[in-house]
Amino acid sequence: MTVEVSSLKELVEQASGDDRSPDTQEYFVNMGPQHPSTHGVLRLVLKLDGERVLRCIPVLGYIHRSIEKISEHMNYMNCVHLTDRMDYLSSIMNNWAVSKAVEEAAGIEVNSRIQTIRTIFAELERIQSHQLWWGVLGMDLGAFTPFLYGIRDREVLNDVMEETVGARLTMNYVLPGGLMADIHPNFVHRVKEFIKYFRPKLDEYDDLLTNNVIIQERLRNVGILSPQTAVQYGATGPVLRGSGVAFDLRKDHPYGVYDQADFEVPVGTIGDSWDRYWVRVEEMRQSMNIVEQLLDNIPPGDFLVKKLNSKIKIPEGRYYSQLETARGILGVFIVSDKKDEPYRMHYRSPNFNNLWCLEPMIKGDYIASLIGAMSSLDLVIPDIDR
Amino acid sequence: MADALLNQLSLTLSVHTSDVFVAPAMSLADRASRALESGVWGAVLYIVIGLVAVLTAVSVLGLVMSYIERKVAGHFQCRLGPMRVGPHGVLQSLADGIKLLFKEGIEPGHGDKVIFIGAPIFSITATILLLAIVPLAPGIQVVDMNVGVVYIAAVSGLGVMGILMGGWSSNNKWSLLGAMRAGAQMISYEVSLTIALLVVVLFSGTLKVSEIIESQQQGWWIWRGHGVAIVAFCLYVIASTAELNRTPFDLPEGESELTGGYHTEYSGLRFSFFFLAEFANLFVFSALAVTFFFGGWLPFHVGNYEGFNSVMDLLPPVISPMFWFGSKCATLIFILMWFRWTFPRLRMDQLMRLEWKVLLPIGFANLILAATVVLTGLYFFPSAT
Repeated sequence: MTVEVSSLKELVEQASGDDRSPDTQEYFVNMGPQHPSTHGVLRLVLKLDGERVLRCIPVLGYIHRSIEKISEHMNYMNCVHLTDRMDYLSSIMNNWAVSKAVEEAAGIEVNSRIQTIRTIFAELERIQSHQLWWGVLGMDLGAFTPFLYGIRDREVLNDVMEETVGARLTMNYVLPGGLMADIHPNFVHRVKEFIKYFRPKLDEYDDLLTNNVIIQERLRNVGILSPQTAVQYGATGPVLRGSGVAFDLRKDHPYGVYDQADFEVPVGTIGDSWDRYWVRVEEMRQSMNIVEQLLDNIPPGDFLVKKLNSKIKIPEGRYYSQLETARGILGVFIVSDKKDEPYRMHYRSPNFNNLWCLEPMIKGDYIASLIGAMSSLDLVIPDIDR
Repeated sequence: MADALLNQLSLTLSVHTSDVFVAPAMSLADRASRALESGVWGAVLYIVIGLVAVLTAVSVLGLVMSYIERKVAGHFQCRLGPMRVGPHGVLQSLADGIKLLFKEGIEPGHGDKVIFIGAPIFSITATILLLAIVPLAPGIQVVDMNVGVVYIAAVSGLGVMGILMGGWSSNNKWSLLGAMRAGAQMISYEVSLTIALLVVVLFSGTLKVSEIIESQQQGWWIWRGHGVAIVAFCLYVIASTAELNRTPFDLPEGESELTGGYHTEYSGLRFSFFFLAEFANLFVFSALAVTFFFGGWLPFHVGNYEGFNSVMDLLPPVISPMFWFGSKCATLIFILMWFRWTFPRLRMDQLMRLEWKVLLPIGFANLILAATVVLTGLYFFPSAT
């Protein structure tokens, strides 16, 4: 396999020569950092021939906040709180990823109550993340209404989670050694109510978008990502599963209490945008199943096994831990030098790898397909730059 | 000279408004020709009054339609829409209009200034010209020429020029893409639109818009022409949605793809011209659909069933045309808004495939079928026409 390396400057200069012939010319156009469909400050440099995308080069770094570097000056209890600014739609799962890494490294055992609550919250968060994605996908494809339907149902779920967590977006709930607070007395009841509310709404989603001819035309056979390419590019989560690779950490390397829940991992067939769409919609159903199974059996116990703000020291060495967020595998890599602060902290964020699948997916296709394909990747830009 | 002017004015306006509704024979068009005969000043006055009336209509339509659109959208999307400015937000569009007035009109650096400024004017001129031929009530029609349908086809094609000019002169690649999409889309769908209208021309045997309405005294063409007219109407609705650049055919704007398409670089009043033209066009195309397929301002009549017809004629003659025209038009506009807030957008190649491979063959087949139907008199109440 040969890799061609050329800088952006070279590429652009090459194309913008003084060509005055009347033939059509290839041209470059910046999509972003301010563009309604890049959902944040992602910049894509597109090489176009008319409306056909010949090249799509992501340019990163517009929302780099050096979370990894700042973490080096914080103790393990504190650096958790930076993580919910990475992928703000999976904030609790990000918290959990760090907590899981620290707990495994420092040998902290947490009780099953904590694990159950974490699992329930992770699944609720997966649902709300997919709700927003569903709405945004509709908006990217030109239908504004689904966005507000998605938001409407997400608000209901946010209300439930806010009661316990106290926040609606950057939810900060999981700590190394437990949780920030115990669940609210209303929590179980309200989650049950939400699931009862949301199941019929999910069928409404199908009526509005899934069964729409135009949506199917726009998504089917568009942005095909072969399983080989997906694995090669390190795609994870619904993107990988949409390509037909049934790899889900919740099933294959269970953490939390996923081994106690009975659920299925939806898998796509050919890896087009439609498969990724379908996988996510189905994941919402499966997540509700998981929550329903766990909700009645939350074991009693403490919600925090360590003291709050206690200094956790990790033995010297390198530690890696990972879990499945709404977008794929979030890996946490810690290099410790026996102190209570990490020597180096690195996050393997799912969006970063998923983003690079964009070019092989849409090469030679139209701009409109690029939008649909990018929406089916469900990118959260702050997670790419960190 | 002032005296002469006043004299002409009184002559021009000599017909009382009440006469207009009672005697359709004395239409605005008749008055126009009378004004033209009465000298240069009369003609100038008539043109000025006509233009002012249509311009006012366009801006009022723009305000009302954008308010309705936002309200309809709000209720489709589980929210209320504008609620703050005035009771139920009725003054919202006015506030927006004033805001747009005060905004800076930005011109892109290396754009073509003359064309850039001319584009929105071109766009709104097309709308005004189109609005001039819409018969709102018996006699309330600015121009009623004998080749009305040809005029409609010609003038509605003018709107795309404004969009092409605006997109091209903006010196912006997204705008250019939007303009090119608009050009391809609107010119393609124009064909289907005209073919759909030709079916009604075949039925009514005239190109004059007021005569097309009068040919529907026995019943609207949508049901008198049974299957053929219904197919033509469906074609018309699809094609006019594309002409209006509304979802699912809003590719020239395509805000999630082209950041605003052809009007990306427009701001302030120039943008509002495009905006006004779009909303006034929504009314015009619905009004034309009503005129051609739903009998314009005529009430619902069934052939010679006098009893039924007299029940339909119960409304006083002043209100009747307003009621019938208004309610038909409002229903159609609501359906177009329903489309917009339900459907996603098509892709460019799918859009062209739909036109050239689906709509156009159906349209031609339908036209031939319509000709056969008219020749054999297989539609309802053929003797009436």
